[in-house]
Amino acid sequence: MVDSGKTNWHEDMFSVLRSQNITLVGHVPDAGHTPLIRLCERQNDMDVVTLTTEEEGVGLLSGAWAGGRKGVLLMQSSGVGNCINALALPQICRIPFFTIVSMRGEWGEFIPWQVPMGQATPSVLGAMDVKVFRADRQEDVGVTVDAAANFSFNTRQSSAVLLSQKMIGAKQFKEG
Amino acid sequence: MLERRPLLKSILSDRPKDLLAVSGLGSSTWDLSAVGDHHKNFCFIGAMGQAGAFALGLAMAQKEKRVLLVTGDGELLMSLGILATIANQGPENLVLLVMDNESYAETGGQPTATAGPTDLEQVARGCGIKETATFQNEEETEEIRKMVYGRAGPVFMNIKVFAKPPDLVFPHSFDGVTAIDRFRKSVLSN
Repeated sequence: MVDSGKTNWHEDMFSVLRSQNITLVGHVPDAGHTPLIRLCERQNDMDVVTLTTEEEGVGLLSGAWAGGRKGVLLMQSSGVGNCINALALPQICRIPFFTIVSMRGEWGEFIPWQVPMGQATPSVLGAMDVKVFRADRQEDVGVTVDAAANFSFNTRQSSAVLLSQKMIGAKQFKEG
Repeated sequence: MLERRPLLKSILSDRPKDLLAVSGLGSSTWDLSAVGDHHKNFCFIGAMGQAGAFALGLAMAQKEKRVLLVTGDGELLMSLGILATIANQGPENLVLLVMDNESYAETGGQPTATAGPTDLEQVARGCGIKETATFQNEEETEEIRKMVYGRAGPVFMNIKVFAKPPDLVFPHSFDGVTAIDRFRKSVLSN
């Protein structure tokens, strides 16, 4: 069992967003992101923006960065495909686009429609010059998100943290 | 119908120092460049459909400054959902100005949906943006100016403009890093 029950990885991610001064949170919701979205919504100095499609998040965060504000896009792996052409913007302008992706279609998936984009997610991100970091264990989530945020905002390159379905699934199973 | 370039020139003729202008891919970027190079312009030359989201993010980061997005009907039609996102965020400093020529002028003038029954002002209203208007006559230029500078946003204006594309005028740089760095530095300097 991956879930040791020792860490609250949602709160770990939230702490990193706070310490990184990331105050703009764009998302197309996913169950794996819900606790983090709720934590952010409680903060007066954070704006949580529900998007109609994930690609809006690429433009939103890029404009915010141009205006001196740091943001993160929370999405499910299926949303990565929606972002492809939009990712030309951070790539060609070297804007540090930062996203946390909850994975589907990779571990114990029961909906076949989730499989194609879930399986393609790492290569699609790589093809558009987004560096991929992965968190497979709950205790790794906070440090991985922190490392990826540092990587992006210090080196001006885009990065994605993939939250593995193995980890998220275990958590949901316990809570459900 | 209005002439798009003289209109934009008129709107920006006594441009406030802290106005941030963003232009969408295609004719809008040539229009903004034709008015004159400015450190507080950011011009899209790609990533079609992203200008509205970029302008929203910028407006949410720079709440004390007015953000003017100039884009075309084709560019906006690619991401109509952004109007719903903007309406729900309600940024008071964001003005959207659509140069609606009812065609993809860059690629040979193929008709867009607005050449048919699609009405972008009604789309914006339906998405929840309250300050909206459609302008069709040159005599309304002053009224357009007033909406750009005088109303609390989000403001949405659809301007019916002639389809014939004016000459290409390129922005300061085609290089994305050069363009965004100059823009960002200027935005953050005051």
